[in-house]
Amino acid sequence: MSSTTVVRTRRRRPPPKRPPLSPSGLWHNVGFRGVLYQALVIVLVIVAVVYLVGNAQEAMTALGIATGFGFLVEESGVAIGETVIRYDPDDSYTRAYAAAVLNTLKVSIFSVVLATILGTLLGIARLSGNWLLAKLSALYVEGFRNTPQLVQIVFWYTLVVSMPPARQALSPLEGVYLSNRGLNLAWPVADPVHGWMALAFALGCVGAWGSARWAGRRRRRTGRPFPVVGWGVALVVGLPLAAWLAGGAPTAMEVPEMRRFGYRGGLALSPEFLALLLGLSLYIAAFIAEIVRSGIQSVDREQIEAAKSIGLGKFDIYRKVILPQALRVILPPAAAQYVSLSKNSSLGTLIGYPELFNINNQIVTLSGHTIEAIGIMMAVYLTISFTISTAMNLYNRAIQIKER
Amino acid sequence: MTSVGTIPAHGRALRRPPPKRESGPIAWLRANLFGGVHEAVLTVLVAWALFLIVTALYEWAVRDAVWFTTDSLVCRRAAGACWAVIVEKHRVMLFGTFPYEEHWRGVVVIVTIVGMAVASGFRRLWSYRLFVAWVVALGVVLVLQLGGVFGLAPVDTNQWGGLPLTLILFVGTVVGGLPAAVFLALGRRSNLPVIKAACVAVIETVRGVPLLTVLFMASLMFPLFVPPELTIDKLLRAQIAMIIFFAAYGAEVVRGGLQAIPRGQHEAAQAVGLTYWQTTRKVVLPQALRIVIPALMNDIIRAFKNTTFVTIIGLFDVLGATRAALEDLNWQPYALEAYVFIFALYFVFCFSMSKYSEDVERRLREGRNY
Repeated sequence: MSSTTVVRTRRRRPPPKRPPLSPSGLWHNVGFRGVLYQALVIVLVIVAVVYLVGNAQEAMTALGIATGFGFLVEESGVAIGETVIRYDPDDSYTRAYAAAVLNTLKVSIFSVVLATILGTLLGIARLSGNWLLAKLSALYVEGFRNTPQLVQIVFWYTLVVSMPPARQALSPLEGVYLSNRGLNLAWPVADPVHGWMALAFALGCVGAWGSARWAGRRRRRTGRPFPVVGWGVALVVGLPLAAWLAGGAPTAMEVPEMRRFGYRGGLALSPEFLALLLGLSLYIAAFIAEIVRSGIQSVDREQIEAAKSIGLGKFDIYRKVILPQALRVILPPAAAQYVSLSKNSSLGTLIGYPELFNINNQIVTLSGHTIEAIGIMMAVYLTISFTISTAMNLYNRAIQIKER
Repeated sequence: MTSVGTIPAHGRALRRPPPKRESGPIAWLRANLFGGVHEAVLTVLVAWALFLIVTALYEWAVRDAVWFTTDSLVCRRAAGACWAVIVEKHRVMLFGTFPYEEHWRGVVVIVTIVGMAVASGFRRLWSYRLFVAWVVALGVVLVLQLGGVFGLAPVDTNQWGGLPLTLILFVGTVVGGLPAAVFLALGRRSNLPVIKAACVAVIETVRGVPLLTVLFMASLMFPLFVPPELTIDKLLRAQIAMIIFFAAYGAEVVRGGLQAIPRGQHEAAQAVGLTYWQTTRKVVLPQALRIVIPALMNDIIRAFKNTTFVTIIGLFDVLGATRAALEDLNWQPYALEAYVFIFALYFVFCFSMSKYSEDVERRLREGRNY
């Protein structure tokens, strides 16, 4: 059939009549129903918010509590056992919040570092050819993963406070004292040289990174190898060491001394901090171990065989073949674990570690500003979670395969 | 097929010495423990450390331990563990402040919930009947706990405690949280911007804060926002907080499953004239939920561990009841032994759930009908 006949035989039809606007027609219109549902949700939310806020205001006036954030500048009266910044109970609520947030960050950061190191070692051990090591690692993971974190934290706390009293402290090494007052360590006496050492360390890191880049570019251009790892270690360790020697090599250590109320001097870790640190890091380490293991297992066997066949050593296979690929699989779930760890630092409240949740409770009790205080606490936790996940996302993007 | 016997033309050339033994205990040791000098040194060091730890533990937990005594002074004289604290306090640790003569009701609750949970693990039993059985079981549990009918003495919810409370909170969280998670996940993938925004806001806020703050809000802020005559029971408030928290995490898992369903499935369902809810219920969810079972199991195990958090808002779950039991000054020094006991208790539950979930995962991977 030719196209012309088609055109001639098909009668041009008028556009279909619009159905008259009827309730039933509207009801069966998907777009209209969508709008209706959404309007309904908005109305419900507004009604609920107005109702709840009205009730809250009524309750607050009945209790005689002024609303607003003005209380933040008032004297708090909150006692905080240990702080990173100088803090007194006659400081303001704002400063109490700052001290509490810093305590939360302190325990979270140390736990993240500890959990990462331990978890990575456990994950690698679980895949090692050594049967004993692999089984022990599996035992650790199953044990710590399958019991509640809160029970673990309470357990560690009970363990630390059931240590002998300070006078009969356990001292496995000179300058290390473990008692029911926590852990006291000998610590270098503050010295201006330490500042220079920190600077030298930073310089060493920059130098190591720079030399690695330069060496990589030269190797790609000329094929000449360069001992990147050796030089990197030499710079990172050697420069601070040189600064220390140049500064007269101060070796003075401040050893904890027994006084009437426990040890003075040196580095002191309270039982609460110690228990929370162990409870957070040992639990998360079990999850990190599983994540690292599955990350390493995600690298194809052929990749490793290929690396072996071109003569790479065990260390180079890990560093140049397994790690860059495994890291892409490891990072997203690890980030989720870090967020979970920082949130669960709030469990320290049960053993009396002065972190945000704990101090916020005291602030609620003392000031009566329940709603504002909970709002502030939520905002801080949201900020911490958001910062960790954003930072990890950025890093994750940086190490993704660059597809050009 | 030709048998080996027909090849003798080249037989002589093929005959090689048998390969070295690669099985048997000696070969196993060489392969797995003493592969080289490094390996051997490592093995010896680890084995030595393990030996020291195990002997120390044996001396503390078995050799020098006190097992049965009602007198805490006997424990004080012993060098080892005092397991008598568990014998002495197990009723409080397992049932909290529930009236002493009514503890049999708690036992029936535990048996009912554990029995139903085990039964739900069998694929063969998954049917409408199982659902009905759960409804009946939960009814029985509530009647037993609340009392007040059939001649059972009424018990107030603030007297609930121990393992029954832990199990009830756990089951309540999962039963209430799973449907909520599915709805939140569907809402997050909705085409309607307002509904999508509302779901995203709920999910992201709840996931960004600790469970403890959600519980705290439920126990402290809720009474402020609601007139006194509408205020609900503290236990119920904690339960709702835990459901919301579970739902927000579960929603992200379910969303992963929804995203894995190819567009073609939706389009095919639309082409045969199914509505949105028909498509969701009959095409999308059956496939999506199946994929996410292992990941959901992880959330479910975490929900079980998270029941301990209610201790902090003053409820007496197993951990809270144990802490209450240890307020007895005579037995307070043996808190470690009591915590070891509840570690074992939680471990039995979580470990069996995680083994089950590994099994499900393996079946799914092998493409077997699950």
